[in-house]
Amino acid sequence: MSEAPTLQGHAADVIVIGGGIVGAACADELASQGLHVLVLDSQRPAATAAGMGHLVVLDHSAAELALGEYSVRAWCELAPQMPDDCAMRTNGTLWLACNEEEMAEAERKHAALREYGLACELLSGAELARAEPSLRSGLLGALKVSGDGILYAPNAARWLLQRQSSRVVQRQAEVVEVQGNRVRLASGEWLQAPAAVLASGIYARELCPDLPLQAKKGHLLITDRYPVQITHTLVELGYVTSAHKGNGPSVAFNVQQRPTGQLFIGSSRQFDNHDPEVDAAMLGRMLRRAMDFLPGLGDMTGLRSWTGFRSASPDGQPLIGEHPHQPGLWLAVGHEGLGVTTATGTARLLAAQLLRTPPPLDLEPYLPQRFIGARAHA
Amino acid sequence: MTVNATTNEHVDLLIIGAGPAGMAAALAAAPRGLSIALLDDNPLPGGQIWRDGPNAQVPKQAQDMRGRLQGFSNIRLHSGCKVVALAGAKRLLLEDAERGWVLSYDSLILCTGARERLLPFPGWTLPGVTGAGGLQALIKGGLQVKDERIVIAGTGPLLLASSATAQKHGAEVVRVAEQASLSAVAGFAAGLWRWPNKAIQAITLASAAYRTSAHVLTALGTDRLEGVRIQVGDKIEELACERLACGFSLVPNVEIAQALGCTVRDQAVVVDEWQATRLPDHFAAGECTGFGGSELALVEGRIAGLVAVGERETARGLWAERLRWQGFADRLNTAFSLNPALKTLAAPETLVCRCEDVRYADLAGHGSWTGAKLATRCGMGACQGRICGTAAQTLFGWEPPLLRPPFSPARISTLACLDEGESV
Ligand SMILES: Cc1cc2nc3c(=O)[nH]c(=O)nc-3n(C[C@H](O)[C@H](O)[C@H](O)COP(=O)(O)OP(=O)(O)OC[C@H]3O[C@@H](n4cnc5c(N)ncnc54)[C@H](O)[C@@H]3O)c2cc1C
Ligand SMILES: Cc1cc2nc3c(=O)[nH]c(=O)nc-3n(C[C@H](O)[C@H](O)[C@H](O)COP(=O)(O)OP(=O)(O)OC[C@H]3O[C@@H](n4cnc5c(N)ncnc54)[C@H](O)[C@@H]3O)c2cc1C
Repeated sequence: MSEAPTLQGHAADVIVIGGGIVGAACADELASQGLHVLVLDSQRPAATAAGMGHLVVLDHSAAELALGEYSVRAWCELAPQMPDDCAMRTNGTLWLACNEEEMAEAERKHAALREYGLACELLSGAELARAEPSLRSGLLGALKVSGDGILYAPNAARWLLQRQSSRVVQRQAEVVEVQGNRVRLASGEWLQAPAAVLASGIYARELCPDLPLQAKKGHLLITDRYPVQITHTLVELGYVTSAHKGNGPSVAFNVQQRPTGQLFIGSSRQFDNHDPEVDAAMLGRMLRRAMDFLPGLGDMTGLRSWTGFRSASPDGQPLIGEHPHQPGLWLAVGHEGLGVTTATGTARLLAAQLLRTPPPLDLEPYLPQRFIGARAHA
Repeated sequence: MTVNATTNEHVDLLIIGAGPAGMAAALAAAPRGLSIALLDDNPLPGGQIWRDGPNAQVPKQAQDMRGRLQGFSNIRLHSGCKVVALAGAKRLLLEDAERGWVLSYDSLILCTGARERLLPFPGWTLPGVTGAGGLQALIKGGLQVKDERIVIAGTGPLLLASSATAQKHGAEVVRVAEQASLSAVAGFAAGLWRWPNKAIQAITLASAAYRTSAHVLTALGTDRLEGVRIQVGDKIEELACERLACGFSLVPNVEIAQALGCTVRDQAVVVDEWQATRLPDHFAAGECTGFGGSELALVEGRIAGLVAVGERETARGLWAERLRWQGFADRLNTAFSLNPALKTLAAPETLVCRCEDVRYADLAGHGSWTGAKLATRCGMGACQGRICGTAAQTLFGWEPPLLRPPFSPARISTLACLDEGESV
């Protein structure tokens, strides 16, 4: 903040920092409302590029359920217009129960989602075996959530950025400083607009150190192509009993089959690890877990594995709204492991605040104010 | 279901690659009696030059070495076996046709050799187009080429070796297009008196179809290769043919060395006079340290094998021989250095990454391999960027990708053997 910025008029109605799935959805939504948007992206390794793309409604809290349900619906509205390479499908999720405790969780979840109006049903062990014969025998049952889907996030982001090209301009540039609605690029150039949106994923803290975000590393692996054997996205309910509980490194079974026939296997979770390299031991652990559910997996060929980082807020919900101390700077960050799903909802909640239109959901649970309080006066 | 407990294996000395360098290293180290594992992804030891197969005639020297390897009970040969991942300090995850397991070692000699550099040009993905060494390997593996018209193009003595193999198996080699100039090739040949057996090889290989300052422009054909357009000096010729084999010299296989943390410079593993890398107990020999021919690989392998078991004085006695073959290698590398024109053969729509269908034009605008990969999926297919990454390095000067596990496609059950690495 050494020299006075030389401002060169407005670069656009809104500057969006970050062209991952969240930035792309925000730019697209604002453009749909008639605004001119400039998207700045520095082409850094992005969570969106990790590519998992399960559109899934979670319900750890009412806020998570509300945003997830609304967002999946928004994706389904977009679906008819999406090009084939986005691989958008509504294939449903099967939440798998290995034991009584997990079955009880399936029942609880069933009731909660039903009450919210989601199409879902409980499957017995036998029904599950018929629905997904590749699963190991002996599973107690599952919860099937029919409206969940899947897409290929890198292409969906690209599509959102390109489809309104008269109003969405993309520029490859790295933002190195943000002051409210003004941003400085690595070249030294300052840009300003009536509003700036920060959607730079895990990198958001570089520009805004007061954001309460933490990186959670995840591993993924993709197999060779095989004839269709899995139709739903398969996820374990094990988080109630073991996996992903607490702060230690953990793995949880998560598999989907892409339209190419490739199986996409996740996932792991590690805190305070910023090394993008694949951790061999973590990969092994994740795959042992996956083989435990899908014994046939052992003989399949794994082609590649890689990692990605989720950007997690303390309560797991994103921060959507104006920065309490920086008028003109709007936040769309902290989507953790669900940002592909919640990108659409985030974009609409953000646009409603920016344009002062009635929000489709209660904004309160996502406002940045819950972590960044009023500035203390000296 | 529970995963089978990992069958772990420990050896004093592990040698990766059973080409001339790896075989020589194992034979030099074995008399000391330490336990040695020699692993290679091919079905039989021999490497590139002594590649075996239904149509191959493996020379006596190679057969002798194979026989001697079998005579040592302390050498365990893991054929058809590949390195899948690093599994912690001095531990590697391996896989063969039957199983995956973790092998731990005290010392390691990398003898991973080299592979052909393939450069994209219009038509290079047509069926019928292969590498020059690749054609040789296919013929040794049983491919019938009798009465086929073959054009061989690229650079270096490998073109002649490939041509000789094709002719021996009944093919008509209609053209050998060497990109280096006549003066460079003649200068090289004139120096061969210092390596008499190389000179004889060169003479027996020379053919009437040989042209210098010649390079491929386009492979012609719709569904498969029908002909080839070649630049010869300032003329362009078109030849009808069934096969085109192109090799633009060799690139060392340095990926495992790099993953381990060895220094790699000018695309070759850096070693000192003891064939030692910068990592303690990790050595490298043969063509992974730079292109040099099988004789250099053999002597480097012997030195590395001796040093790895503590016989430095004996190893020192081989330095003079290594120097001699290094001289040959240096001449080879200068004579056949790549003409920059070869970097401009690809048209905008020419595929560079054939696994993911990425065109030259898709890549050309990017600043780095990583940026290009993120935007185009280049290198994300089954070959893991081995072909297109090497091509992109030559074409655009981009640093090739670092290997990530699995280094090559592997069974999930093998990858599931990866653990914390505490126990052996
Ligand atoms: C392993 C893994 C599996 C996942 N699975 C799923 C799933 O199944 N379903 C789901 O819904 N979500 C999933 N997620 C979460 C989801 O991927 C993320 O929440 C989402 O991609 C975040 O998108 P984003 O746009 O906020 O950030 P990113 O995709 O990280 O994009 C940020 C962008 O900002 C740019 N940028 C950064 N800094 C700057 C700067 N200074 N100047 C300019 N540009 C900058 C970067 O170049 C990048 O393009 C998963 C995440 C991981 C890691
Ligand atoms: C395609 C080709 C054909 C050639 N043909 C000839 C010829 O006809 N005449 C001639 O004089 N020279 C030829 N050469 C040159 C020849 O390679 C060298 O002269 C000599 O063989 C080098 O010996 P080396 O032991 O260093 O490596 P190589 O002979 O290349 O042996 C290395 C071995 O290591 C194996 N390997 C590498 N990485 C791994 C891994 N990760 N896991 C398991 N195994 C691994 C390889 O499969 C190979 O068998 C050829 C080279 C190539 C690339």
